[in-house]
Amino acid sequence: MSAHSQIPILRIGSTLLVSIQIDLHDAVAEAFQADVLSAIEQRGTTGLVVDISGLDMVDTYVARILAETGRMAKLMGTSTVLVGMRPEVAATLVRMGYGLEGVRTALDLDDGLALLGHVIARR
Amino acid sequence: MIQVAATHRLSIDCEGDIIAVRRRVRDIAELRKFDSFATAAITTASSELARNALVHGGKGVALIEEVTDGSRLGIRIVFEDEGPGIEDIPRVLAGGYTTARSMGLGLSGSKRLVDEFALESTPGSGTKVTVTKWRRF
Ligand SMILES: Nc1ncnc2c1ncn2[C@@H]1O[C@H](COP(=O)(O)OP(=O)(O)O)[C@@H](O)[C@H]1O
Ligand SMILES: [Mg+2]
Repeated sequence: MSAHSQIPILRIGSTLLVSIQIDLHDAVAEAFQADVLSAIEQRGTTGLVVDISGLDMVDTYVARILAETGRMAKLMGTSTVLVGMRPEVAATLVRMGYGLEGVRTALDLDDGLALLGHVIARR
Repeated sequence: MIQVAATHRLSIDCEGDIIAVRRRVRDIAELRKFDSFATAAITTASSELARNALVHGGKGVALIEEVTDGSRLGIRIVFEDEGPGIEDIPRVLAGGYTTARSMGLGLSGSKRLVDEFALESTPGSGTKVTVTKWRRF
């Protein structure tokens, strides 16, 4: 389903699921954001789950791409939950002074889908 | 006294090189049995500093050294570029300041992720950042 970023986008009903397993850099990041936004536009999407359990490092560049993607999805009416952050990644981000404020997070895919259900029901 | 056991020199000329630098640092940290938190810390700091050398310095080099001080094992990395340099070092180290419309947390954040951090910069002739992470026993 993915147009150019090599990051597959799965759909479960009105929810999109993406699992980032590769290093994000400029070209990939832009294509990834474009792919996600196109997928949101296609059919009544209300939620987006981004799984980052495959990332052993999230620097401020990658963190910014993730936060930006959530804000872009929000402008299109889709709520985002980031799941699967590894303990060492959480510790590193906070130590650097960036707690990914404004980004909804959950421990894993199950919790992420449950959180998304609550968020969407409330809006 | 610090002894250098091995040296790896990588140039930073494009985005792919940032990824190559941080992967090499991660591989060395894992091979030398750094714990996952220390590995993520030095890998992330490397990614930030390599990106700075490329984005702000135009291009640069990373010199990765496996070091020991007699009792501890460490990874020391020197990032060097011949870019415009930094005018106000205290300001960039305070964090939240950027000339690239990014987050401005790369230098201040990297400093907090490592055990030793030194920033030398001369406006007009370049920047050198040296970081060291020691393995905890
Ligand atoms: N190698 C470098 N050469 C020149 N200026 C630099 C270099 N590294 C950092 N800087 C300056 O310090 C600022 C802060 O750097 P940093 O904390 O990494 O944040 P960011 O890269 O997001 O701007 C940069 O915007 C830039 O002005
Ligand atoms: Mg930076």
